[in-house]
Amino acid sequence: MSQTVFEKSIRSRPVYGVLQPRAGTAHLCVADGEGAGAIRDLFAKAGADAPAMLAKTHIIYVPGANGTDEFASLEALGAAQCHRSPSFWAAESRLRKVLADAHMGLQVYLAGTETLIGLAQRDVMEAGLPHDAVQTEHRGSLSRRVQCVHCKGITENVTTDPYVCSHCGLNLFVRDHYSRRLAAFQGVNIDAEEPGNVPPAVERFK
Amino acid sequence: MGFEFNNETFRNDFTFRNSERAIKRFPFPFDRDDYMYSVNMEPHVPGRPGSVFEHAFDVDEHYLAEMRDRDLVLKEDPLRCQSLPHMELAGWDLLELIMESKARDYPHWFELHKTGKRWTWINKPMQIEQTFTFLDPSTLPYGPMEYITRQTQGDFTLQDQRDENLWIEAGMVTTQADWSLDFDIGMSFHEWHAPVPLAHEKGVFDRALKFLLKLQHGAPVRRFNWTHTVDPLLDTSPENYPKWGPTRTEITMENLGQRMHLRVELQTLWRLPRSNAIAFPIRCYLIKYDELVTMPKWARRMHRVVRDIHPDLAAYKGFLRNRDLMTAWLAQYDDGAPTSPGWWPED
Repeated sequence: MSQTVFEKSIRSRPVYGVLQPRAGTAHLCVADGEGAGAIRDLFAKAGADAPAMLAKTHIIYVPGANGTDEFASLEALGAAQCHRSPSFWAAESRLRKVLADAHMGLQVYLAGTETLIGLAQRDVMEAGLPHDAVQTEHRGSLSRRVQCVHCKGITENVTTDPYVCSHCGLNLFVRDHYSRRLAAFQGVNIDAEEPGNVPPAVERFK
Repeated sequence: MGFEFNNETFRNDFTFRNSERAIKRFPFPFDRDDYMYSVNMEPHVPGRPGSVFEHAFDVDEHYLAEMRDRDLVLKEDPLRCQSLPHMELAGWDLLELIMESKARDYPHWFELHKTGKRWTWINKPMQIEQTFTFLDPSTLPYGPMEYITRQTQGDFTLQDQRDENLWIEAGMVTTQADWSLDFDIGMSFHEWHAPVPLAHEKGVFDRALKFLLKLQHGAPVRRFNWTHTVDPLLDTSPENYPKWGPTRTEITMENLGQRMHLRVELQTLWRLPRSNAIAFPIRCYLIKYDELVTMPKWARRMHRVVRDIHPDLAAYKGFLRNRDLMTAWLAQYDDGAPTSPGWWPED
């Protein structure tokens, strides 16, 4: 699967690139689901430098919410460390430790869903890494992590618009407004003015 | 000053009203008969005596009622006031700016006495006398930004400046036109303006950011923004949208004059001296349509602006649903006569 092409969007939407190998003292790859493909492509691009790069690489991989699990293909790369975690939340303490222990020159590569990239990027920012040390590439599901602006509860893997808040039960439309601090889009009550007048849910974020 | 503070409410029974004096000095935001976004900034210099521009921070007849309403909002939702840890110095800058301005401009209500770092602040309308040590937060009951903005009308945000950008990283936001500080805090200039339609394409935000990055201490600027609100509800927050949203469906030709309000924000921008942050006070003024049309020039012009506005703007500002009704109602007060340039009611 190739990188994702996004429809035209508004300004707070994150912009993703294509991972490129860079010279670094160490390399940290965090990916989920189809993001494994971006990591494989990254090392393929490194060519003859790949073995030396892999000897300094730590990969953290989370299977996709849609069931995609390509961990075996990453393990086969032969990185110094390659860890499979059942969820991002299970992996987060490991990720934070790696970031806290990092020395100057660490290169970070994030690949997969917007949710995985957003959550990992938040940890990277909090760790104080320079933002030019981080690359991102979107692959796989367009599902969104959305915060209900009313009850503040976050619903993961939202694929339809509108959707029902998993915390307070309000019908929310997904506004194209994104907070990097929350790593979430904003959900706003769609039938606030006319309660009960809710359009049918459409699968917008497959 | 020749007026008393109103005993009024901005919720439930909505007893808010403007006196004749308040109507005459209302900051009507349209200097011509049509409206489109622009970087409409001008120096925030003292304006005509009696106008809302006379002083740096206008204190009007709604002061005490607005401060009571702010306290109620904060009790319900403490997330309306937030400050990221590195913004405390900017909070002190803001406290100093407001205290010095009010003590200078309204000496009969506010006093500031300094003995070195030991300051005594007297706010007579709110019956507050506080001695504290400047830059020592343990000597105030709240953080410096929260302390002073609990005593000052209008919302406030503080923007840090770094990487050639502005970052909204602190704020007191309880009288907002449907935006969430809790969601937007930490965003860059273009990120927090992202939902605004039409303006990005016109380059408005690129030019505004370039301008603001060069804002100088001692040379504040101001601009207007505006929308409409059903009932004099200061707290039109997205958080509470399910509570106030239904009122938009209750407007009729009969109740429109009493319930539809023009909502004007007088926004000022100040470079702060120690933190190099920018303070952004957003002062909200409300006026009922019945009050607005007592000024014939404003009635004519309001009709033309509402009638001709781009539908995307009416939708973003939240009055598209009632726009036709508002146009019909205002048409009663528009005889087609020309209006004079500028916003002053009787020029």
